[in-house]
Amino acid sequence: MVIIQEADFDIAEEVKVLRAQSSETGAIVTFIGLVRDISDSDKVSGLYLEHYPGMTEKSIEGIVDAAKSRWQLIGTRVIHRVGQLSPSDQIVLVAVTSQHRKDAFLACEFIMDYLKTRAPFWKKEQTTEGERWLETRSSDVDAASQWQNEESC
Amino acid sequence: MIEIEYIGRLKEDLDLEQEQMEWQTSMTDVAALIEHLCRERGSQWSTTLHQENLLVSVNQSMVKTDYPLGDDDKVIFFPPIAGG
Repeated sequence: MVIIQEADFDIAEEVKVLRAQSSETGAIVTFIGLVRDISDSDKVSGLYLEHYPGMTEKSIEGIVDAAKSRWQLIGTRVIHRVGQLSPSDQIVLVAVTSQHRKDAFLACEFIMDYLKTRAPFWKKEQTTEGERWLETRSSDVDAASQWQNEESC
Repeated sequence: MIEIEYIGRLKEDLDLEQEQMEWQTSMTDVAALIEHLCRERGSQWSTTLHQENLLVSVNQSMVKTDYPLGDDDKVIFFPPIAGG
């Protein structure tokens, strides 16, 4: 399930939902991304995220489907926040369940790596140097492309 | 009539969120629409709409700039994706 919302989320609630989905579940891996207060050595006071309703959800669902086709997964939950956020705020949750831990670990990392490069979000940082729109970091592109290299090996 | 929407930093760079304009027969595809806008409105538009990794959708589907356009289409221009 993919949810885009302005509101914060509670990992305990999300894990509870995933645990209730199947008694075959043996592993839950979760990742939470937070807003950092530093970017390219500038102090960040806030981050504004914009998405395009419908398109953004569809794109993330595609990433989750790709993970499901690579690993044996039982359940997934992706919550991404939009709107105005502050340093230390939770920005994204990726939670994956599977029978065995390896599938959940790998799928969680895969979803997150692809989300960082392919999900249609637009971010504006407020820093001591003023406001600036962000583009995908090259380190994120490298992280996502590793999965493709692995595929072609 | 063509409806055009500008997302994220594009609406700041162009100082416009959305607009409607009469469809002209010369607007055969998205690239022709971009050329029309740039020709009419100058260098800021040209820089913005010719930037690398600009994304375009027509009637809710992501398309390339050679996608054909017709009357009543809805075009959305998206800036390069920042990711989640």
